[in-house]
Amino acid sequence: MTNLSILVIFPLLTTLAILFCRNVTQIKWTALIGSLLQLTIASLLMYSYYGERSAGNTAQMLFEARYSWYSAMNIEYYVGVDGISVIMIMLTAFVVTCGILISWKIETLTKEFFFLLLLLSVGAYGFFISLDLFTMFFFLELAVIPKFLLIAIWGSGKKEYSAMKLALMLMGGSALVLIGLLATYFNTDIGGGVHTWDLLKIAHQQIPYETQLFIFPFLFIGFGVFTALFPFHTWVPDGHSSAPTAASMFLAGISMKLGGYGCLRVATYLMPEAAQHYSWIIVLLATIAIIYGAFATLMQKDLKYINAYSSVSHCGFILLGIGMLTKTALIGAVMQMVSHGLMTALFFGAIGMIYERTHTRQIKELGGLLKTIPFLSSVFIIAGLCSLGLPGFSGFVSEMVVFVGAWQQPDAFHRIATILAAASIVVTAVYILRAAGSAIMGPIKNEHFNHLKDATWNEKMASVLLIFAILSIGLAPFWLINIISPDTQIIMENIARGAIGN
Amino acid sequence: MREEQLVIKMNTDFFILLKPELSLTFIIFILLIIKVSDGMNKNSSIIHLANFLLLINFLLGFIGNATGTLFSDMYHTNGLIALEKNILNFGTLIISLQAYEWLKNHKHVIEFYILMLTTLLGMFFMVSSGNFLMFFLGLELASIPLAAIVNFDLEKIKSSEAAVKMILSSAFASCIMLFGISLVYGTTGTLNFAELPALITNNPLQILALIFVFTGFAFKLSAVPFHLWTADVYEGAPVPVTAYLSVISKAAMVFVFISILNPLFENVPTVWYNMLFLTIVLTITIGNLFAIRQNNIKRFLAFSSISQVGFILLGISSGNTMGVSASVYFLIVYIFSNLGAFGVIALVAAQTEKENISNFKGFYKNNKTLSWIITIALFSLAGIPPTSGFFGKMFLVTAGASKGNYVLIIIAVLNMVVSLYYYLRVVKAIFVDENETPIEKIESNLYSKIALYICMAGVIFTGFASVLYDYINSLMQ
Repeated sequence: MTNLSILVIFPLLTTLAILFCRNVTQIKWTALIGSLLQLTIASLLMYSYYGERSAGNTAQMLFEARYSWYSAMNIEYYVGVDGISVIMIMLTAFVVTCGILISWKIETLTKEFFFLLLLLSVGAYGFFISLDLFTMFFFLELAVIPKFLLIAIWGSGKKEYSAMKLALMLMGGSALVLIGLLATYFNTDIGGGVHTWDLLKIAHQQIPYETQLFIFPFLFIGFGVFTALFPFHTWVPDGHSSAPTAASMFLAGISMKLGGYGCLRVATYLMPEAAQHYSWIIVLLATIAIIYGAFATLMQKDLKYINAYSSVSHCGFILLGIGMLTKTALIGAVMQMVSHGLMTALFFGAIGMIYERTHTRQIKELGGLLKTIPFLSSVFIIAGLCSLGLPGFSGFVSEMVVFVGAWQQPDAFHRIATILAAASIVVTAVYILRAAGSAIMGPIKNEHFNHLKDATWNEKMASVLLIFAILSIGLAPFWLINIISPDTQIIMENIARGAIGN
Repeated sequence: MREEQLVIKMNTDFFILLKPELSLTFIIFILLIIKVSDGMNKNSSIIHLANFLLLINFLLGFIGNATGTLFSDMYHTNGLIALEKNILNFGTLIISLQAYEWLKNHKHVIEFYILMLTTLLGMFFMVSSGNFLMFFLGLELASIPLAAIVNFDLEKIKSSEAAVKMILSSAFASCIMLFGISLVYGTTGTLNFAELPALITNNPLQILALIFVFTGFAFKLSAVPFHLWTADVYEGAPVPVTAYLSVISKAAMVFVFISILNPLFENVPTVWYNMLFLTIVLTITIGNLFAIRQNNIKRFLAFSSISQVGFILLGISSGNTMGVSASVYFLIVYIFSNLGAFGVIALVAAQTEKENISNFKGFYKNNKTLSWIITIALFSLAGIPPTSGFFGKMFLVTAGASKGNYVLIIIAVLNMVVSLYYYLRVVKAIFVDENETPIEKIESNLYSKIALYICMAGVIFTGFASVLYDYINSLMQ
């Protein structure tokens, strides 16, 4: 399991295989088997990554492979993974598999649906393994347009508006990223005026302070749009709520993490001095997003909108962790990415499954579901508890780590931001408990709810997989911290070097 | 003395260097003879023959390309120019394949081919010109017959209107350019491109002359603010002719732009860059803003192609080899993607006479393959990966950024987002919008199928495989 390209090639082959399928059953099974194998590949990758690390391999990136692509511009297909990418790859594999399991009943245009869903996963895998900025950007954009079609064709509600808004805002974000990347590229010099897209080489270049100050906002805001940076979060509620279940899972679970990963790996890592210079703005915006997201969620009556706005709030923690620029906070940010990815995928999955049965997502029309569909209701409650940060689930550990890391910044500004962010958890508890209380518990509101059928095998499998992952982080967070800690250390060292260089 | 030179040049060199032009002339004569002798009057067999000849012509373009000059430096050619001509050959072949559906019932098939190939011949001379006179000759040869084929939907008034608009505006552009050329000659005493750059200085009269020449170019490229003829002509012309106008004649103009204007302005870089800067910003932005409002799909593609020209100029504005190879590469990609879109539109227009975006609502219901083809083509035009349009746009923007003018880059890149909006609008109409009477299943003939599949293969693979770009780049060294 040392050839990383398999991670991209395999889902690509699966999409091609889907094109040649004859009927719906074949399509579904091809997609499922493909994604399960992909999960196996990802697990093997993590296993061998662990093996290499415990054997004492301290190289920054493992399993590197490098092929020249467009040599005139020094563009390479250059891949490699560190702990952070390995974790993100695992997350992607989990969410994609569960998304496919949950979409089992898709009836219209099945072939196109699974084709686009798997194409998205190609983009995500490719993004996480790329170490060449051009290749990375290629995969980032690859993961945008299929979403437009997924939402516009299979979505619900005002789907056309949401799909267009999402596509344009995300492309706007990646346009900003592109400007930042071009400016970075032309400010590198690896000898003889030759520029490079190589992430690791750029990290060791001394890009002038003023140039960094120019580039950093483009990169950070660009990637920030993906991860619901305030005030560029407006695509999130519409996009998530209109998307079909699997697409919402993918959007919230993986797509928003592309942004977080980019903010960390590209913006902060490559522009350490600028990151320090601007960190107070990031902290400010993240805190606003956290509080605003939490209060906006209070006002929502539609389950999907609740989860969408709470995603804005939760993704705020990722950015808060990055903005705090301490090692612990960065670890917390990465953990929050994984945790939020799994938790929100589970939440959207549960909402989707409930909606499929009750045909409503309005809280006041639901009620008493625990009596008729106990399994799905429990899944919903577990997702909710994880979201509000109950100890034992992944949400608690990751938010806790962010707060501890944030507290390490001794000045009043950071302290206040931390306190405000922590206080938002109370608001989270209010909306989650209220939603769970009136939608799941209580009397049965509608006669027709008595005849609902509980989860089918595929839905059970998806829920159990995600809950397993959430619990394994929540109950044993150290294995996750051990994987990502050395890599956040490297990012911190770059930042510290920048501080000395000033 | 001159006669002597001519005699020397008329040896084998003549045939080798002039090969592309000679082979085109040969085809034109064959068609002319058939027409005159009245031997073949079945449309389909004429089209088969023409396609076959064009294929041979295209394949010939790969072999035996040489570097050299003819006619006392009036004409010159090299590897890059040979490639450029073959790109044009290729595009013409694809358009000819796509035109089958429209031409098979047309009364004047041979005339169509003769006129089209004559304009192509003019473009070849233009691309190869080493002197303003030769260039102007080629330009006129390329524009006058073009107006005739714009008028080829003989019974449609709109078509004639388009032709008149085209001939008048193009004559006007030629006038301005000719005036510029005369001023160039007046101030420098030569029209030879090899000698001119050294003689150009910051002299106001020369700058004025060059601005006139540039205006003529901008007119033919339909760069803003000289774009006003484009949309009406595109709308009125038959679809294959629109495709020809938007792809071939534009590509030829860009090639000339690269090989003539860039060196011509070498000594006055600031004037040149400011001029380009303004044109690029206007072209990209206004092309995009107008494209948003269009309902006729040909007008829509007209404005989108205006904004594409802006991106090409952005690449050229870098003034280095990277910009040149990016532009040539992008044009190839552009041919694939634009002809992919036009191919589908041509089929639909030929069978249903429907040309509005609203007619395409619910197109996916009955025409799955065609829908995907036009969607992928539009994505490529919008620059979405994994299509090759992404790579083309990326390289143009990268080349443009090498000047370090980030204002321009920001404007261009944000315009890519705007352009995505209108491309997605068409995609949305095809896939999502409800329509009670969607377009029935379109039967595509073998030729259109081949053309469309070639375009799709090009759109998908020329990006992943860096071979083509590397080849263009190697010609630059």
